[in-house]
Formats: sequence, structure tokens, C-alpha cells
Amino acid sequence: MNRMKLILLQLAVGIAFLLLWHVLTAYPILAPTRQTQFFFSTPLDVLARVWKEFASGEIWRHLGITLLETILAFAFGAGGGILFGFLFARRALLAAVFDPYIKAANALPRVVLAPIFALWFGLGIWSKVALGFTLVFFIVFFNVYQGVREVSPVVLANARMLGMNERQLLRHVYWPAALTWMFSSLHTSVGFALVGAVVGEYLGSSAGLGYKIHEAESVFDVTGVFAGMAILSIFVILIDAVVTFIERRLLVWHPSPSTNGQG
Amino acid sequence: MLAPPIAPAVLLRNIAITFGAKEAGYTAVKSIDLAAKPGEFIAIVGPTGCGKSTLLNASAGLLKPSEGHVEIFGTPLSGLNGRAGYLFQQDALMPWKTALQNVSVALEPKGVGPAEARDRARDWLRRVGLSAFVDRYPHMLSGGQRKRVALAQMLIRDPEILLMDEPFGPLDAQTRQIMGNLLLDLWAANRKAVLFVTHDLEEAIALADRVVVMSAGPAARIIGEFPVTLPRPRDIAEVRLDPSFHQIYKEIWASLRAEVQKAYAQEEGAAP
Repeated sequence: MNRMKLILLQLAVGIAFLLLWHVLTAYPILAPTRQTQFFFSTPLDVLARVWKEFASGEIWRHLGITLLETILAFAFGAGGGILFGFLFARRALLAAVFDPYIKAANALPRVVLAPIFALWFGLGIWSKVALGFTLVFFIVFFNVYQGVREVSPVVLANARMLGMNERQLLRHVYWPAALTWMFSSLHTSVGFALVGAVVGEYLGSSAGLGYKIHEAESVFDVTGVFAGMAILSIFVILIDAVVTFIERRLLVWHPSPSTNGQG
Repeated sequence: MLAPPIAPAVLLRNIAITFGAKEAGYTAVKSIDLAAKPGEFIAIVGPTGCGKSTLLNASAGLLKPSEGHVEIFGTPLSGLNGRAGYLFQQDALMPWKTALQNVSVALEPKGVGPAEARDRARDWLRRVGLSAFVDRYPHMLSGGQRKRVALAQMLIRDPEILLMDEPFGPLDAQTRQIMGNLLLDLWAANRKAVLFVTHDLEEAIALADRVVVMSAGPAARIIGEFPVTLPRPRDIAEVRLDPSFHQIYKEIWASLRAEVQKAYAQEEGAAP
């Protein structure tokens, strides 16, 4: 009952927004319709464009490329983040020596790296993967680093009293603790992998959702831009649902996996 | 004919433990001498903050004493005490493992194969009354059930010394009694040397062969040792009704009361 009510309210907000958009662009209330439609398009036009994109099958190729870039950026970023997070957490000297450099690298706005990556890796998917990597890596790195260092001292002491050696501690205590923290940042890091891919495409590419949006924008095709954004939103919601599903499966032991770190 | 002298399971000789720098540090315990015979159940009581847990950590090898030394069955202890099991006050189970995995993993360092470890873990979970909960994760279990898992995890390794740090402290009164009886049953079946730290004098008397009383910290000492001659097997709830229980309780409380008041006064004084 409560859930029904919530869904109805959520739908109501969406419909109200679309209605407002429709009314303001279909009738000359704020400005002549030609003008408002140039700047804001109309919900029906956008819907028609989205439909057309899917109907013609043109969009699938772009979606596929963006998805591939996102997955690769996430895989490499998470892998590197886990590896280095682990290493630094277990080797205090290494962490201390590299600390200022890691902070400096993390402080850098990643967008400025996009042209460099385009230069190094070309305009294909790898420059986008590299951009996504730099975003995902630091999120996972910091989470895993924190996670391994903050393993409950009692759990650790208990495991040692059970006679576990370094290798067994790694396997039964440190590794699961690190993975927990990685999963708790899963939504954020997958989101950033996608951001890296789309921004990279936007700044220079020949395929992908970012490219589609950029292409429409360069000819002042506002309908095309909004259609691209709508498709991107649907795409993000679907990916997020998949991530939530994976998280529920992997963090089955966790008291409340779904409320964790949705930053 | 003289029997060969049996080395104590745990021998603490002239132990002092200081935290922080030598001069400015905080001395938790000082001049501690304590010997636990194999199969003897010792309860250590004392006011809060007197360093009871510190003694357990020293016996476990988790903490190196600043002075004095620890002997385990006559051998000086260096590093972790591999012959002891430790039951912590806080939750120490691995939250990412089920009850069964938490117990069976304790056999891995002993080189027991996974299939056999699982069978034996299942048997131990049955013994602590958790047959129906083997596949639960710790957060799905109650506080008392988690303690049962921890007990099984400790006992499955068959350690020769059991170190327990207020293990039933966080539990409610009824659960404590049930856990106390469970512990006594398991211990009676296979007697090990036990160091059981508690702040609950009744619990100490009901469980132990000998109650050791510590003074208030800092530099806490042992101020008394009282044998408990109540017959075994005991029932935690019923033994409290025994007249000699009251006699022992009065005797120990007489020496403990002053220390508890001292510790309390210190806390009051330390509060801003």
C-alpha cells in the first residue's frame, strides 16, 4: 500500500514536470513558441526522437560503445584500486612516501587529462577508458585503503588467536574487508566510469552517447541533445539496477547492503 | 614416591604492564604473580579499569609485558600463545562468514581439510545448540547466539588454555545464565585451564574453582585469592541459593568493596 503510494507520487512528479514543460513550450506564455521551442524543444518532440533512435536501431551501436568503455574503465580502475589500496594499506612506508603524489593526482580535475589521453590513445575507446580509469581508480583505491586499515582490531586479534598465518589472514580477513569497501562504493565508481566514458566521447570521438549529444549540440539541435540526455538517463538507471542486484548478491552477509554508500 | 611437578598451564611471574613512554606512561598492572593449574577454572574480578583484560592479553601473547615473564606449561611465551583460545568481549566473528564458515575456518590453520572441517564445525554448532542456524550470518543472529558461535569457534581447536574476557558481559541476565551453564557443561566434559575475567562477582563464584581479586588501577595488584569449594556439577542459577555461596560472596566482597569505591572515586575525580 505504502509502496504503491510512493510510486504514484514519483510518477506524479514526473508527469507534472513534463506537463509544465509541454505547456510552457506549446503555448506562447513566456515567449513566442518558436523561441521557447528553439531553446527547450518540447517533450513530445524529444519522445519522438528517442523513439526514432531506437526504432532505426542507430542508437544501439552508440550505447554498446559507451557500455563497453564503462565496463573496461570500471574493471581496470577497480582492479588497480584494489591492488594498490591493498599494497599501500599493508606497507606503511609506501603509503607515507607516495601520499603527497596521490593527493596531488587526485586533486587534478580529470577533464584536463582528456586531451592528453586523446593524444596518447587516439580517438577510439581507449582514451575514454583511460579517463574513466583515473576517476574509478581513486575512489576504489581510497575505499580499499581505508577498509584494509580499519579492519576491526578485535576480528583481527581473534583470527590471529585462531592461529592464522599472514596468508590466511589475507584471505579470510583483509581481502573480504577490502571487497566490502569496494562494493560499498560500487554505485559511485560505476557512475564515474560512465561519466569518464561520456565526457571523453563528448570531447572527441566518432561514436558513443557523448558523441551523439555533442553532434546534436554542434548544429543547435536541442531536441537531439535532450533525446541523448534522456537515453543516457535510462541507461544509467538500468546500469544502477544491475549494480544494486549484484551488490545484493555479494553483500548478502551485510546488515543493510542497499543503504550503503550511495554517494 | 614423588610425582613429577606439573608445570602450570599459565604462569605470570612479577608482571608489570605499562602503556606509553617508560616514565610518563600509564602502568595498568604491577607485580602480578598468578599460576593456573591445568584444568583449573580461575575467575579474575576487580573494579573497572583495573587491567583485568590486560592480563589476558599478556597470557595470549597479544601484549608483551613491560616487566616479568609469562610461562605456558613451563615454556617461556614468545609471540602469540598457540595453545590458548580467546573469547573476546566484543563481537569477534568474521561478519562476512556464516556461522558454519566462522567455526570451520578455525580448523584451517591446523591443516584440517575443508570437508572434515565443515563436519566438525556442524557438530560443534550442534553442541552449542545452533543446529538450526548454521547458515546464518552474524548480523542475523542474536547477541547470545553470536557468543555461542564464538565459543564453538574457540573450542573446536581444542586449546589447552581458555582465555575469556567478560565474554557474557553484553548479554542480558537470562542469556548469561544459560551461557554460563553451557560453558560449564562443555568445560566439565573436557577440562582446560580457564582464565575468566568478569566484573560480576556472582558469576565469578558460580563458575570458578578460584576467584582472584584485583585492586583498583593504576598499578593494580592481586589483593586476594579465594578458593570456591562449591560442589560440581553446578547450575549457575541454583548455586546462588547455596548458603556457602553467600559465605564466599561476603568474604570476597569485603576485600573488593574498598577497591570498587576507590575506582569509583577516581572516575568521579577524573570527570570534568
